[in-house]
Amino acid sequence: MPNIRVSTTPPTAELPTVELPPIAADVLVIGGGLSGTWAALAAAQAGARVVLADKGYCGASGVAATSGPGHWWVPPDADARAEAIRQRTAIAGGIADPAWMERILDITWTTLPTIADVYDFSTDETGRVQYRGLRGPEYLRAMRRKIHKLGVRILDQSPALELLAESGGTIVGARGLRRQRGEAWTVRAGAVILATGGCAFKSRLLGSHTNTGDGHLMAAEAGVDFSGMEFSTYHTVAPAHSTMTRSMSFAFATYYDGEGREIAVPPGDATRTLARAMLEGPVLCSLHRMPADIRERLRRVQPNMMLPFDRGGSDPFTHRFPVLLRPEGTIRGSGGIRLADDDCGTAADGLFVVGDAATREPVAGAVSGGGAILAAWALSSGVIAGRAAAARAACHGRRTDTPARPLGQAGLRPARHAASVDPRAVTAAVQAEMLPYDKTIFRRGPALARSLSRLDGVWSDLRDHLDGEGAATAGETVQARESAALTAVARWCTRAALVRPESRGMHLRVDAPASHPALARRLTVGGLDRLWSRFDGDAPQPLDSPVPTQAGAA
Amino acid sequence: MISLVIAERCTGCQVCVRVCPTNVFDAVRGGPPVIARQQDCQTCFLCELYCQPDALYVDPDCETPAAVSAEEIERSGQRGRYRRDSGWDEWAGDPRYANEHWRMDQIFARARALS
Ligand SMILES: Cc1cc2nc3c(=O)[nH]c(=O)nc-3n(C[C@H](O)[C@H](O)[C@H](O)COP(=O)(O)OP(=O)(O)OC[C@H]3O[C@@H](n4cnc5c(N)ncnc54)[C@H](O)[C@@H]3O)c2cc1C
Ligand code: SF4
Ligand code: SF4
Repeated sequence: MPNIRVSTTPPTAELPTVELPPIAADVLVIGGGLSGTWAALAAAQAGARVVLADKGYCGASGVAATSGPGHWWVPPDADARAEAIRQRTAIAGGIADPAWMERILDITWTTLPTIADVYDFSTDETGRVQYRGLRGPEYLRAMRRKIHKLGVRILDQSPALELLAESGGTIVGARGLRRQRGEAWTVRAGAVILATGGCAFKSRLLGSHTNTGDGHLMAAEAGVDFSGMEFSTYHTVAPAHSTMTRSMSFAFATYYDGEGREIAVPPGDATRTLARAMLEGPVLCSLHRMPADIRERLRRVQPNMMLPFDRGGSDPFTHRFPVLLRPEGTIRGSGGIRLADDDCGTAADGLFVVGDAATREPVAGAVSGGGAILAAWALSSGVIAGRAAAARAACHGRRTDTPARPLGQAGLRPARHAASVDPRAVTAAVQAEMLPYDKTIFRRGPALARSLSRLDGVWSDLRDHLDGEGAATAGETVQARESAALTAVARWCTRAALVRPESRGMHLRVDAPASHPALARRLTVGGLDRLWSRFDGDAPQPLDSPVPTQAGAA
Repeated sequence: MISLVIAERCTGCQVCVRVCPTNVFDAVRGGPPVIARQQDCQTCFLCELYCQPDALYVDPDCETPAAVSAEEIERSGQRGRYRRDSGWDEWAGDPRYANEHWRMDQIFARARALS
């Protein structure tokens, strides 16, 4: 039996976590949201034995399960496809890749209809089947059924904590907890796919609470870098105190300031206009412009949209209601784990990444791919990585018997002595830098530098002292690890925002509002204790070197 | 935020314990689960969809826990409404609750035409 036990201290009486015997698989998928279920499906169809672990419940977890993903859906007509790609490339800030776009259009078109045995696609008045947009809860429930039928072993309520690597760095599995049972799981696999979603810093964006950047931290511990982390400033309007970030109805919105004056919202700039107004005072909204026939069918289109009103006792069509903007971090941003090849492989051998955990720059560029591209990417990257991971496992084997070590550090095993660090205080400190509109929507160099130095302080404290492994309960271990991941992602986002001394796409530097043609390049950030960054084509820039202040510096 | 397990309606199936993405409930053998970690609730309403006896109520306020009684929920007509509007389980196939999600594009187009 290989020794893959992780705990170096014997479990204490209050810590009855039982290590389960390792499970052997060809492919391990970490995360059971939209991209993870597509990856598991593709790998299983390719003949692999697949295990999928989700922090919550595969079928209800993740941001797609609570929304209604519309896919990028263009028929296989050469002109139509070329035109769709041209339009998206034109707004992508010069960093997208039309070849990737073409690929995901094709995979989405051919693959989405293949779940018709488990998802009841609607037909329109003319009898045409409508594939493009699916209702989230039904879609994810269907994906669960589909992968279950194919024999995928699903571990629910089973957050992954860390990856396992051979001495040469090849990733051969992961370890996590079954949090409702006080058990620790280990999966040994020939390939591992990270599908842990983006990270919205627990902003209360609908469905995003389990997406705390755990996969990002695991990837970094395996030596993998990130790209586009500055593109992490997308926001969505929602009724105040609610999670209901469903934007469709707000296409009919009229907004007012605290004095009751209408706020003019220029097309394409709603977020910045509303954020500016919100920094000044309350913003109210009315949906009176929504036509009666649409009001009547709203609950059949989006059954959850009206819940805040129906249950809060207000009528959005006749009464003004307060609204806010929920930050989305990297979720409908476009930054994430860097891809190393066309198979969604990463720089770590044996490790793949899909969906929102990956950088979406190839398909969306510097703007958000929400509304079409992100779902198509989640599906397609899942299909691509699932197949590639299955092929890899078929030729490298399951690697169950090679010695492996766990890679988890910050939040699990303190670098120095264990001391009391409160994960809730860590999360609050991260949120204080990542959620306020004036720090993220309207970025400024000096404020970013201050944020980064505060976040670095939070990081070194938790890295040195936070002892997740020694926590009394599985829930506390998970929370500790999440707080480390949130801090890590916040630092990469902030570092990237600081070193891109211009504005591009969703990244707005108030102190450098223009885009600089020389910077129409991707920006990589990496590192755990010491961060570094590099524009594509440049030499790496360590933290200590001066950050350029002029757009022309590069 | 999740605010109530309506004990009289709950069959003790523990489905909500399994499906809650943020692990809010603790299972209770043969009885209604307890809301053990209310502050972890992400206000996604999905437990309501999976609770066929409609024994759960999620308040739309995701920041402050609401104190509501089973009687108030019953009077409001909101108990089970989200599951019904979604056309789940016994409501499947009822044309009043058909899935018209696919109309989203048309609706966006109407909004653009109006502005
Ligand atoms: C409100 C809203 C509406 C949207 N609408 C659209 C749309 O119309 N069109 C479109 O293209 N895109 C849309 N998107 C984006 C789209 O939903 C996402 O791009 C897509 O869900 C990404 O899939 P994913 O699997 O990467 O992430 P998710 O679906 O979020 O899944 C991530 C999963 O990882 C799990 N996880 C996290 N950490 C761990 C861990 N440590 N161990 C195990 N599991 C873990 C989570 O529990 C979760 O289940 C929308 C997003 C939002 C927020
Ligand atoms: S799902 Fe509903 S019926 Fe089942 S245990 Fe939960 S509250 Fe009770
Ligand atoms: S609303 Fe969502 S997070 Fe809250 S208890 Fe229900 S399923 Fe869990």
